[in-house]
Amino acid sequence: MESIVSIDNITKQYAGGFQALKGVSLDIRKGEILALLGPNGAGKTTLISIICGIVNPSSGSVTVNGFDIIRDFRRTRSMIGLVPQELTTDAFETVWSTVTFSRGLYGKPPNPAYIEKVLKDLSLWDKKDSMMMMLSGGMKRRVLIAKALSHEPTVLFLDEPTAGVDVELRKDMWRLVDQLRDSGVTIILTTHYIEEAEEIADRIGVISQGELILVEEKAELMAKLGKRQLTLDLDRPIDALPTSLQAHALELTSDGKQIIYTYNSRENSTITALLEDLRYAQITVHDLHTRETSLEEIFVELVHGR
Amino acid sequence: MNFYAVKAIYKFEMARTFRTLLQSVVSPVISTSLYFVVFGAAIGSRIEEVGGISYGAFLVPGLIMLSLLTQSISNASFGIYFPRFTGTIYEVLSAPVAMPEIVLGYVGAAATKSTMLGLIILATASLFVPLEVRHPLLMLFFLILTAVSFSLFGFIIGIWADNFEKLQLIPMLVVMPLVFLGGSFYSIDMLPPTWQTVTLFNPVLYLVSGFRYSFYEISDVSLAVSIGMIVVFLTICLSVVWWIFKTGWRLKS
Ligand SMILES: Nc1ncnc2c1ncn2[C@@H]1O[C@H](COP(=O)(O)OP(=O)(O)OP(=O)(O)O)[C@@H](O)[C@H]1O
Ligand SMILES: [Mg+2]
Repeated sequence: MESIVSIDNITKQYAGGFQALKGVSLDIRKGEILALLGPNGAGKTTLISIICGIVNPSSGSVTVNGFDIIRDFRRTRSMIGLVPQELTTDAFETVWSTVTFSRGLYGKPPNPAYIEKVLKDLSLWDKKDSMMMMLSGGMKRRVLIAKALSHEPTVLFLDEPTAGVDVELRKDMWRLVDQLRDSGVTIILTTHYIEEAEEIADRIGVISQGELILVEEKAELMAKLGKRQLTLDLDRPIDALPTSLQAHALELTSDGKQIIYTYNSRENSTITALLEDLRYAQITVHDLHTRETSLEEIFVELVHGR
Repeated sequence: MNFYAVKAIYKFEMARTFRTLLQSVVSPVISTSLYFVVFGAAIGSRIEEVGGISYGAFLVPGLIMLSLLTQSISNASFGIYFPRFTGTIYEVLSAPVAMPEIVLGYVGAAATKSTMLGLIILATASLFVPLEVRHPLLMLFFLILTAVSFSLFGFIIGIWADNFEKLQLIPMLVVMPLVFLGGSFYSIDMLPPTWQTVTLFNPVLYLVSGFRYSFYEISDVSLAVSIGMIVVFLTICLSVVWWIFKTGWRLKS
């Protein structure tokens, strides 16, 4: 698939000597939704800031649609929209003027009809003449999104768009993200909420301590790392697992009423054998259920397993 | 050239000016009137004419320069410092704009504001003393060039400052003394010879002198030297700004 943003071996050492990024390479595909996950201080914002031109990289290069972000900054930046993590706004400006300002800043001729559409899509139309300082946090977040969309970008960065946002707005936001993707916009978002990435992203990248430790299709990631658990509810509690079952990776709960079998979803052919062995051991099962590990568990394992 | 960006920044800054129109216009008008009452009328009546001009009239160019310099610096420094302080600068940094556009927007707006202010003060002064401007075009030339140069200087201060104290520091510590000792309120031949020499190192002297020449055709130094000095100052400021944007100093980490 065609890539729109190519990040090549980017490093960043801040003035204090802190190494925030240690050689990150990543190809972002045209039209995808990529979620960047990572704990606090992982380097997500730093990476985004470099692509947008707010932070200078120490080494490495980035191209957007084939253009270098430093040599051809005018072209690359006019393609990019950024919703920053921090809620920074001009307190005395009205919603309308601040969004119009952004469009001008990005070099686009005025287009009130388009701005009106953006504000309406974000349910901000009735607030267009309000000063920024009179808006709630969630509304300010929406204004920042409107500003980022004001110049019709083809690549949109959302740095923790749902921090401090209620359920309703979150849904609105995902609807908007879907719409944007349908219109061909590539979206890169960072989040701490794994369910969010799971829900919305096509691909997931995990950053930890300045390194991109993986990038995978969401489904593949789940399949590859996704462990399943089969819980067997026993008819009668048992004291210990019979030796005949040792070949299987089993665990007996402390009350002896359940056997938990953990297996990889890719190679689940041993279940039949297990059930057979159970029958020979004369253990009867009255119920069973399976569970897929969530992305959250995968994520915790990845970050802590290093 | 990203013309829309220049316009956006300029309009944004001018809107800020007009939001605070009252304090931006009223306070300099009041302080100018006070200067005229105190220096022009009270003290001036005891001072003989300077170079054939009444002391009150002699004061006008100096007073305009005083406001022009302080206002240019404070407008421009605040204009760029504030978005850095609040964090909204991220947008300017990530936009497809280069140094010339950013400077044109911010400095252009600051210079416009202080030029307007200079003219307002001129109008106020005409209520107190009979004015004559022998070379109106030259007068405008000095007014605008000074406004631009010192707005650039203010822009640099606004980028250099990392707290509000520093923002005030240069205007208070450097600019005010330079203006007061730069012949705004007297002709340098009223000073002892040693001090005359010292004063020649004060760049403001050249501004005031040239500016005063455009009014009354009297000056402490020659017109050419005055124009030369202001061009030098402008060039220095431009180079510093160019360097700032090239390195991202204080703007980008
Ligand atoms: N301007 C700066 N100067 C020095 N260090 C910085 C600067 N900005 C960020 N850092 C450091 O770089 C590291 C990465 O920061 P970054 O903001 O990229 O993390 P993040 O992944 O976005 O975290 P979060 O999830 O908390 O937003 C952190 O350790 C941070 O302290
Ligand atoms: Mg961050």
